[in-house]
Amino acid sequence: MAIFLNKDSKVIVQGMTGATGMKHTKLMLGDGTNIVGGVNPRKAGTSVDIDGTEIPVFGTVAEAMEKTGANVSVLFVPPAFAKAAVVEAIDAEIPLAVVITEGIAVHDSAAFYAYSLEKGGKTRIIGPNCPGLITPGQSNAGIIPGDITKPGRIGLVSKSGTLTYQMMYELRDIGFSSAVGIGGDPVIGTTHIDALAAFEADPDTDLIVMIGEIGGDAEERAADFIKANVTKPVVGYVAGFTAPEGKTMGHAGAIVSGSSGTAAAKKEALEAAGVKVGKTPTETAKLARAILAG
Amino acid sequence: MQTQTCRRSPQTTNATDAIAMKRDRRDTEKGRTRVDLFEYQARDLFAKHGVPVLAGEVIDTPEAARAVTERLGGKSVVKAQVKVGGRGKAGGVKLADSGDDAVEKAGQILGMDIKGHTVHKVMIAELAPEIAEEYYVSYLLDRTNRTFLCIASVEGGMDIEEVAANRPEAVAKIAVDANAGVTPEKAREIVEAAKFPADVADKIADVLQTLWKTFVAEDALLVEVNPLAKVASGDILALDGKVSLDANADFRQPEHEALEDKDAANPLEAAAKAKGLNYVKLDGEVGIIGNGAGLVMSTLDVVAYAGENHGGVKPANFLDIGGGASAEVMANGLEIILGDPDVKSVFVNVFGGITACDEVANGIVQALELLSSKGEEVTKPLVVRLDGNNAELGRKILSDANHPLVQRVDTMDGAADKAAELAAAK
Repeated sequence: MAIFLNKDSKVIVQGMTGATGMKHTKLMLGDGTNIVGGVNPRKAGTSVDIDGTEIPVFGTVAEAMEKTGANVSVLFVPPAFAKAAVVEAIDAEIPLAVVITEGIAVHDSAAFYAYSLEKGGKTRIIGPNCPGLITPGQSNAGIIPGDITKPGRIGLVSKSGTLTYQMMYELRDIGFSSAVGIGGDPVIGTTHIDALAAFEADPDTDLIVMIGEIGGDAEERAADFIKANVTKPVVGYVAGFTAPEGKTMGHAGAIVSGSSGTAAAKKEALEAAGVKVGKTPTETAKLARAILAG
Repeated sequence: MQTQTCRRSPQTTNATDAIAMKRDRRDTEKGRTRVDLFEYQARDLFAKHGVPVLAGEVIDTPEAARAVTERLGGKSVVKAQVKVGGRGKAGGVKLADSGDDAVEKAGQILGMDIKGHTVHKVMIAELAPEIAEEYYVSYLLDRTNRTFLCIASVEGGMDIEEVAANRPEAVAKIAVDANAGVTPEKAREIVEAAKFPADVADKIADVLQTLWKTFVAEDALLVEVNPLAKVASGDILALDGKVSLDANADFRQPEHEALEDKDAANPLEAAAKAKGLNYVKLDGEVGIIGNGAGLVMSTLDVVAYAGENHGGVKPANFLDIGGGASAEVMANGLEIILGDPDVKSVFVNVFGGITACDEVANGIVQALELLSSKGEEVTKPLVVRLDGNNAELGRKILSDANHPLVQRVDTMDGAADKAAELAAAK
């Protein structure tokens, strides 16, 4: 089962013909992803050979969907063009758009998120500024290394890319149903809550690991959601206890504002909702192990 | 206090969060996400987009105050330009009734310390007409609802956070759709929600639209006018303002680079920025290098925990060398960190996702060679933890190099403990 992405997903790549797009298209193919096309209006009608796999290039997302039945798009489009590319994906009503691009202006991400709502929310956006998502053994849509772990029964949702990898590595012997990197920007399309709801409904997920970081109140709201709606065990980790107030720590969203958004507040909120929260990634993995061992 | 956070209703969360956002005054670059402007820069942007403001010019020598004051009719207000509130109470705003007086007042204010901020510039502003009423308006991002937000109040002039805390009903918060923007109808909605008096309603609605234009055209993360004053003549004037810009939009805002305050950065932060590194100076002893913002933040925490057992040592910095870090980036990062006199030991914590650990290991070895070839003696111990992509290869490179200052520890918690122990021993 898994969430958002499985072996039947047909994936196109917007920005496939750029250097980053090519590199990761190759890696995704290697992980078994069914990549059915790329999109680049200037190279429409051509095709790209990646390790012997011929990938057609289409002029638009709509055309790619029509010709291939694609239902997932992964975007490696540079920041200046990302808004137009996401809007195109929304207009084509592709069910899932995974925006890997880092450094998109907030006015652009706010605009395409508002546009997706205006169009009826038919396109789930993951990201921007995220590593994408992987359903090990089935499909990989983004830049999460496919060889860290194997299929299993843990669901993972995280704001941070490298912490996603670290946690997958810590629990590599158990394996994951899906791991979703939702991104650390101030405006993101899919939240912790969306992923928690999907994992709760997924019969192949037994336990959920949730990784948050300073900034905003997404973790606090996720805690409320868990309390009311999640019956599966949830283990949490929050990064940024020692981050000073008012400093941006790399992620545009990771900034502590006054008393809200601190790591301590998030930890407390999660624990009040019955989530076991680890002090370090390794300790968090131990908590997950202990729960799964019964 | 903290438990309230999870019990707040979505509505109050927005308000508190949105208002709290204004406190973010010291963000760093890359990061480079947020650039806070001085008042005079905000004034200039307001003027550019039609928000009514008083005349004003920025100067950095007392003598220059004379000509500006004379141009303004012989009287002026001398205002310290600092990115911190409460400058009036600190003596950073003074009236001048002649050119000579302005020179004297500017001389008093320039060089003054206001809450740790040295005044390098003053704005010589036109004297405000008699003020009848003071209002507040701002636009900013509401993260919780992933939309823009207007905050407006007829109780301006004071700290809006206090007004929001004590009299929440006096602060109106209206969502603004990023694509629809502030239309005349939306402006009218805000005017009504905030209960602006009928006699200023049209003028406030105009200001709301020109201020929105400023917010969008400049790719701002915050535009705030406080006070927005009604003066005796009935006119509306933006008397003080704050603007924060989104550096991610620099590609389409070529004029914004000139607005960045390059003097204010910590020298190490400035050097790191010049090399394109995402670095923030902190006040501890363990230098940190890692890849990925989340992992580096986590590394700071893990080192701080480990430090509790080693004399309370703490992380000395945040440094994210990013995905796909090359040997050169690692060398640049190490050079910055080893150049920090506060650093006693260094913890390099890398999980190779896109980054290949052999590249990282080569970077460390090359950086140490580079530094010694420059005649800089490296005496600080390095603890290195490599996992993930090509970790075995990376570990082997380090073992083969056998550098006396480099230790490999293969778990994150263990490496943090070792780095803290070494820093405490120094």
